[in-house]
Amino acid sequence: MSDNASSSDTVVQIDQLSLDFDTVDGPVHALSGIDLAIREGEFVSLIGPSGCGKTTLLRVIADLEKHSSGKILVNGVSPDQARQDRSYGYVFQAPALYPWRTVTKNVVLPLEIMGLTRSQQQARAKKYLDLVNLGGFENKYPWQLSGGMQQRVSIARALSVEPQLLLMDEPFGALDEITRDHLNEQLLELWRKTRKTVVFVTHSIPEAVFLSSRVVVMSPRPGRVMDVIECNLPSERTLDIRETPDFLSLAHRVRQGLKAGHSYDDE
Amino acid sequence: MNDAARSQGRIFPVSVIIVVLTIIWYAGAVYLNSGQLIDRYNKRSVQWDITQLAADAWSMKRPVLPAPHQVARELKKTVLDQKITSKRSLIYHAGVTLSSALLGFVLATALGIGLAIGIVYVATLDRSLMPWIIASQTVPILALAPMIIVVLGSVGITGLFPKSVISMYLCFFPVVVGMVKGLRSPEPMLLDQMHTYCASRTQVFFKLRLPSAIPFLFASLKVAIALSVVGAIVAELPTGGQGGLGARLLTGSYYGQTTMIWAALITASVVSATLVSIVALGERTMLRRLDGGQVARA
Repeated sequence: MSDNASSSDTVVQIDQLSLDFDTVDGPVHALSGIDLAIREGEFVSLIGPSGCGKTTLLRVIADLEKHSSGKILVNGVSPDQARQDRSYGYVFQAPALYPWRTVTKNVVLPLEIMGLTRSQQQARAKKYLDLVNLGGFENKYPWQLSGGMQQRVSIARALSVEPQLLLMDEPFGALDEITRDHLNEQLLELWRKTRKTVVFVTHSIPEAVFLSSRVVVMSPRPGRVMDVIECNLPSERTLDIRETPDFLSLAHRVRQGLKAGHSYDDE
Repeated sequence: MNDAARSQGRIFPVSVIIVVLTIIWYAGAVYLNSGQLIDRYNKRSVQWDITQLAADAWSMKRPVLPAPHQVARELKKTVLDQKITSKRSLIYHAGVTLSSALLGFVLATALGIGLAIGIVYVATLDRSLMPWIIASQTVPILALAPMIIVVLGSVGITGLFPKSVISMYLCFFPVVVGMVKGLRSPEPMLLDQMHTYCASRTQVFFKLRLPSAIPFLFASLKVAIALSVVGAIVAELPTGGQGGLGARLLTGSYYGQTTMIWAALITASVVSATLVSIVALGERTMLRRLDGGQVARA
């Protein structure tokens, strides 16, 4: 964690960021004194129990929440400006597809809003649907796809605006474990191919360690960063790596971080 | 194929209900008309039995409750045996009612959608308008209808329009309520998503809120179109029987022609049922498009 100084390849720079929600029971410290720098091309996971503010932090980066104090720069500008520059794609917990639009029409939705021409829209839809292995499903409707396929459409849609940064909020949280494993491998492959910067929120330790180049362990009340763990697993890795000692020791360190943040205590 | 199977399965229960209702109707006609008949028998000291009573009850000139076949004969006389342009034709009167009901329905739909958009997008309207809209529905339409006719008449507006206004007054309410609910139906996640896309309010409206509201709108339109016929009939009462099913009801009750009233009532319900089915058909077509051919939910 020595790279607090802003450098040219820093995509997200967060300094002493805090966020308080006002509720009827008084203010809730959702985030407190967060320092984090995310470099270009990194895959950073935010992990922690419910209420640790990992999703809130992602939403601050996406300009879906406003921070109360501290500083945050996305691509060197404010989150609001970064949003208007369309510098990130956001993947939600649910696929958030429109049931009345076909797969292609769903993928081109943000492109329609940006005002791209129809041929540009079609070209990008084809490119990114192929990238998530959904070629041939262009004219299906969401209900005709499995949950995993729907979430892949949603990833293709986030990629279609061609952002440098991909923000993913527990995108596989609602899927069964087998589908989730499969999509983890595909996402890793996608990251290797596109070299996007990814910020990935999860509450699964194996998922975080398997996917990430760095894991940020967070704890609740107030939401803060407990530990940042560099994962130097080989870039060509399959799910089998989860049985190796290296992987298990990384997972152990994540669990220790969660323990230190009292994440396993009873409420 | 599904629809065919479904309607096949419906024929039996529907016919059973019709048979049962007809039997109750015939029995009711005997019961309700018996008082008058028995008085008459007693005055003339005529011997009578139940067969005689039933036969007479079902063929009275001015029955309390006419028998189904009398109403059917009246319907034949006023529907099939008359030219459509004749003032004696029920088709003509149904047409008069239908035109003001339909105009009222169109006006109500436009007004309802407009008000709903205002309520959803303008916070002040949200707080100020809804209580008035609800209050408007607590005023009995029967009391208000003559006022509307008189007020609009005094500024020179007569004929179809005032009647449609009464119809509209009755049926814009479900459209507003349904449309407000529909426009607000997209989940926060979908609205957040639009925010990340930097979508304008107009884009959010046309790409997300409006399509999401369509199922709610159609549910309301089905209620509204049935109400529009009621509104049109109520509107015809104070205008003094110039035409329309309401006028037929009024004339029938002046002259004690219960058969005429029943024929008009049946025509009105046929008109309403037809209109509701047309809207339901439109609804099914739209929903099928909205869920991409997934089985249209019943």
